[in-house]
Amino acid sequence: MVAHDGFSLRKVVAGPAADPILRGITVDIPNAGITAVVGPSGSGKSTLLRLLNRLDDPLAGEIRWRGQRLDELRPDELRRQVAMVFQHPPIFAGSVLDNFRVATADTDEGRALRMLDHVGLAAGLLHRNAADLSGGEAQRMCVARALLTDPMVVLADEPTAALDGEARHTIEKLAQQLAEAGTPLVWVSHDTQQLRRLANHVLAIVDGQVAAFGHLSDLDGSDDPVVRGLVGAP
Amino acid sequence: MNNFVDAGDLMLAFAAEGADIGLAGLAVSGVLILVAVLISLWRKLDLERSLLWAAIRALVQLLVVGWALQLVVGPDDPLFWPALWLMFMLLFAAWTTSRRAAGVPHVLVLSLLAYALSGLVTLGVLFGFQVYEFEGRTIVPLAGIVIGNSLAATVLVSRQLLLAATEQRGVIEGRLALGLSAAEAFQPQLRQALRMALVPQIETTKAVGIVALPGAMVGLILAGVDPADAVKVQISVMYLVLGSVATTTTVMSIGISRELFSSAQQLRRFRSD
Repeated sequence: MVAHDGFSLRKVVAGPAADPILRGITVDIPNAGITAVVGPSGSGKSTLLRLLNRLDDPLAGEIRWRGQRLDELRPDELRRQVAMVFQHPPIFAGSVLDNFRVATADTDEGRALRMLDHVGLAAGLLHRNAADLSGGEAQRMCVARALLTDPMVVLADEPTAALDGEARHTIEKLAQQLAEAGTPLVWVSHDTQQLRRLANHVLAIVDGQVAAFGHLSDLDGSDDPVVRGLVGAP
Repeated sequence: MNNFVDAGDLMLAFAAEGADIGLAGLAVSGVLILVAVLISLWRKLDLERSLLWAAIRALVQLLVVGWALQLVVGPDDPLFWPALWLMFMLLFAAWTTSRRAAGVPHVLVLSLLAYALSGLVTLGVLFGFQVYEFEGRTIVPLAGIVIGNSLAATVLVSRQLLLAATEQRGVIEGRLALGLSAAEAFQPQLRQALRMALVPQIETTKAVGIVALPGAMVGLILAGVDPADAVKVQISVMYLVLGSVATTTTVMSIGISRELFSSAQQLRRFRSD
């Protein structure tokens, strides 16, 4: 049973006006578990996530979050409910603690240390210059930083694309823990094995349109060979 | 920029009498350009044409300025001509800024506003407290100093903000995505750009009198004014420059920051993105 109390998109068109990337997307993204967004390069996966965080607005159509139109919500309030993890972790100047305090100014060391532990980072990194972290550490720090806003959903744009095996495993495990604890994720991935490990639901976007949406098992049985290829159907 | 500064310094020097070096003196000083041209030829710098063009252009510009000044320096002349001159300077500075900082949204209007506001604040202080008499002889050179010295810093801050908005999009959007307002998300870039624009002026102010004697003071001393009086004028000019650069760049950077983001706190895209 697919829930419909998360993001609802109706005939959403987005991207450059002269050549839109998303061309009339209509979908209800479940507010539970991990929803993987898959599709070929340039199909509009990242564009979709940017719309949900309202870093961009659609050219046409309507997006609702928990029943409310996004353009009726204050962008800063929406973004604190809808955390975003980017493919290339944006690192701010200063220490890891300084980075945490950008997200939540009153983060004390105790909470910061608990958050480091939560994402599998050593406590000794708290006062380390964030620019000196490895790629995997930086991404985990960014996940921790995003979680400090106590979001209701996490949007992740290929968060493990630039990471090695161990770092990828840590982030995936964290995503599963979050989903199990009641924080749903919308996760863009190119990695079919990863989506098979993580996804409860899959949204396949091809040429800016919804090619398929449903449980992984539903898409495995799709008549469309492109969709089966995207989800790595056995 | 230097045209404005030179005009301002020159006009302050006009405040004193007895500075006529004569046509012969002018011609002799031209020998120095010849020296520069010969050095260029000797070291194969290929700068002869540029040197001659710069020298001729400066001569013509200042002759025109000198002629035009006659319209505004007389104590009985109406304020219409200084006002017109001021408008021309404002428009020219805004146009120059818009050319040098192409791509910055609404740069012409913003820079016009920044120069005008800066002039209003800084000259308002000087004239309001009667540091200088409010007349054409003082309005034009002081406004020239405000606008001229602010121009380079305004262009720099404008370019720097646009560059930051394009090259640091990831970091800025990372801050926006955490729920920061546009002003909060862009604050580090704004601070950096303002520092870059102001620090050189601060350094220049600190070095004044040690590394170089400033133009207005030299002009006044050459014109026969008591050096102690010339120093007082120069100090007020230096403070005017610092104040005007700080005011103009601040107004400009706040204006640009607002243009860079939509009402939904989204970083707009620009041609260079």
